[in-house]
Amino acid sequence: MPMTEQEVLEKVRETLVEALGVDDDEVTPEATLTGDLGAESIDFLDIVFRLEKAFNIKIPRGELFPDNVLNNPEFVQDGKLTDEGLKQLKERMPHLDLSGFEQDPDVNKLAELFSVQTIINYVRDKVNSN
Amino acid sequence: MRWIWIDRFVEFEPGVRAVATKNVTLAEEHLHDHWEAFPVHPASLIIEGMAQTAGILVGQAREFSEKVVLAKIAKAEFSDIVVPGDCITFEAMLETIADEAAVTRGIVKRGGEKIAEVNLMFSHIDHNFAGQKFPKENFVFTGQFQRMVEPFLEGRHG
Repeated sequence: MPMTEQEVLEKVRETLVEALGVDDDEVTPEATLTGDLGAESIDFLDIVFRLEKAFNIKIPRGELFPDNVLNNPEFVQDGKLTDEGLKQLKERMPHLDLSGFEQDPDVNKLAELFSVQTIINYVRDKVNSN
Repeated sequence: MRWIWIDRFVEFEPGVRAVATKNVTLAEEHLHDHWEAFPVHPASLIIEGMAQTAGILVGQAREFSEKVVLAKIAKAEFSDIVVPGDCITFEAMLETIADEAAVTRGIVKRGGEKIAEVNLMFSHIDHNFAGQKFPKENFVFTGQFQRMVEPFLEGRHG
């Protein structure tokens, strides 16, 4: 039976409370991981490990959060994503809302795009496609 | 010189679990100032003891080929203090290990009694930091750390 958005949210909330040491009520769908919940780089990997366990899924690296896109000079120039980089990101991360970011694709701002909703979108599709 | 905060391993199950002990003694200088009238083994050094126990467990799981550094203290909760004369044990369990990192759970006990829970995350640094290069030699697992665990690994390494 497919998981509902609410069921996914509850489990994601539990995961983020443990990974980031935040309170339940801080984990709203709109909350951003770095800005609102204080996530740092190592936390992204921790979140991936915990989601894999909580939902019994496998999350290939670079699928939920970007990795090699940002290290590739073809995709990033002068700290901004190139058109090719943006295209790659869109293809690889359909769960991520890039509207707004496209106007000023500064890589440093990319992390701010990741919200609790981004994780919910990703996990919901992953769990329900199995 | 390494700053070692465990005395010896008493159990070591490669890739699964490790148990180390530490005897806390008033001969240790840090206890003279922390604090003179009431010596207490600092919680930060209890975390370090767990990081060393768990870090060696993580390092051995990849045959000491990775540079393992403490990346995150996911949880550190203490229910009692540790004072001179106490013998504490660090029990570390390897929960997850991947190319980039590892996660451990840990319990600190005195006698049979649990006095702390310390859950950690370690980074395999050659796989992180956006491809930044580190020295070739493994500066984490020098002889002293490896010798501590050698008795449990005899016959395993050629």
